[in-house]
Amino acid sequence: MTEPPMRVGRTVNRMHLTKEEEQILGGELGEGAQKAMEMLVAIGDAYDAEKMIPITRAHAASSGQEGDLYFVELLANGGARCRVPTSTNPVYDIPFFHKTFERIPKNEANVAKRVMEAYRRVGAILSWSCVPYLYENIPLFAENVAFSESSATPYVNSVIGATTNREAAQSALASGVVGKTPLYGLHIKENRKGTHLIKVETTLRDEFDYTLLGYYVGKHVSYGIPVLTGITRRPTTEELINFCAMTNVSGAISMFYMPGFTVEADTAKKAFQGDKPQDTITVSMHDLKRACEELQTTSGKLDFVMLGCPHYTLKQIEEAARLLEGKKIRRGVDFWICTSGTTKLLAERDGLVQTIERAGGHVVVDTCIDEPCWIAYKNKTGMTDSPKCAYYRRFKEVMVGRLNDCVEAAVRGRRE
Amino acid sequence: MKDHETTFRCHKIIGGHAEGEALVSHMPVCFYLTDPKTGTVREKDHDLKGKSVAGKVLVFPSGKASSVVQIDGLYKLAQNGVAPKALIVKDVETVLVVSAFIVKIPLVDRLEKDPFEAIKTGDFVKVDADKCIVTLTEQE
Repeated sequence: MTEPPMRVGRTVNRMHLTKEEEQILGGELGEGAQKAMEMLVAIGDAYDAEKMIPITRAHAASSGQEGDLYFVELLANGGARCRVPTSTNPVYDIPFFHKTFERIPKNEANVAKRVMEAYRRVGAILSWSCVPYLYENIPLFAENVAFSESSATPYVNSVIGATTNREAAQSALASGVVGKTPLYGLHIKENRKGTHLIKVETTLRDEFDYTLLGYYVGKHVSYGIPVLTGITRRPTTEELINFCAMTNVSGAISMFYMPGFTVEADTAKKAFQGDKPQDTITVSMHDLKRACEELQTTSGKLDFVMLGCPHYTLKQIEEAARLLEGKKIRRGVDFWICTSGTTKLLAERDGLVQTIERAGGHVVVDTCIDEPCWIAYKNKTGMTDSPKCAYYRRFKEVMVGRLNDCVEAAVRGRRE
Repeated sequence: MKDHETTFRCHKIIGGHAEGEALVSHMPVCFYLTDPKTGTVREKDHDLKGKSVAGKVLVFPSGKASSVVQIDGLYKLAQNGVAPKALIVKDVETVLVVSAFIVKIPLVDRLEKDPFEAIKTGDFVKVDADKCIVTLTEQE
């Protein structure tokens, strides 16, 4: 990672605010909106933004954590309401988990409950989904939006071609309330220029290969806008979601280009806006294999399988159901798939949830793998298809493999 | 020896004023990787490992890590009264602005001199973000 140059600039802030924006900042529209505006002005000042621009929608990466609770309650108690559609990230399905597990600390449950209630009070779309751009809150090409969440920011910028900065949950919520964001960063075309050339010199077969690619690219680029060439087949929605999510586990990637498959530049040259890449990185099958090996910490017996980080799509649930059809998950192994309420509804209509449940698995909604509801697995060993799930380390050990390997391990009770 | 006082202009991001002993790090800081009860940095291989950020004027290049953990980390330090008193950074990003906003800690950047040349751990630093001024008393 090259250190960004020291910013020399103004010491006096001069963001231009319209009369209405000044009124919000002055508290004329209530204390909640005022706090939201104060935060946006601070961000604008940090980046020398000249003004605010309207946004059409926002996604707040809500979480059942105290910092999140503080801010959303501050806005809710101050009477704030979202002016543009603002969706929410998963916390956890409180009634289900408290019925199923006894050990979840009361205090944590209380925080989660208050967070979910406060987002309802500010009038958010209660999607509780980390992939809201699929169903509940879909940006269009060239819309200015404020989307937090690791897969959402790069997906929305690159696959859809809307513009968003790498928002925090709170700045995205503040933008949802005010309906605006400071004009800075990726809302400006020059800042959407590619930085690193990534030459993919291997065939990417499936989502899991894209997962490993995302992990590898995030790790080696760290911070920047990678431009990927050498991809021969159009990536699927699921492959792109996984790629996006993993680039933000090992790095901080808000945007990328796959010329020919992403919308904004149809050639690498255009992606770099005529400039040379800062760096060129090649990716071979060997590199991806090594990335996968790096992620393994153990093998052998397992207590649970955790899928759906990011939330599984209908197609992924269908694939899991197909692999589990007529099989039984081994006694003593718990099998979880996290998804959104919308997706589960569709999966039930198709009988997929029923197939998974017959095999002994569960499909849970509104829930993130990184929440206190999973405390029962704290000292247990599991398996997942998501390095992101493994990285958060809520569990003792987590093995990482393809979906079909996860299913096989769940049925056998172990993985070699 | 006499203490030497110097004043630098800076750029306000989050207002307020605070003073305290400087703690200088040359590495990006993730507040989640500190002990929430004491403010002691526990991140492996960090140049502040074992040192506490509690009550300090923290001078560092930038923040790092996901928004959820960074904000929650600083929030917990503040709740326990062991957050830094002020933050002086070289490069600021959205998540750090949001974190400092939530816990109401003065945050400034663009010190007129490179903060790593100007400030040493142990110096006494006053940060008046509203007036865009950092005053330094060097410890001889």
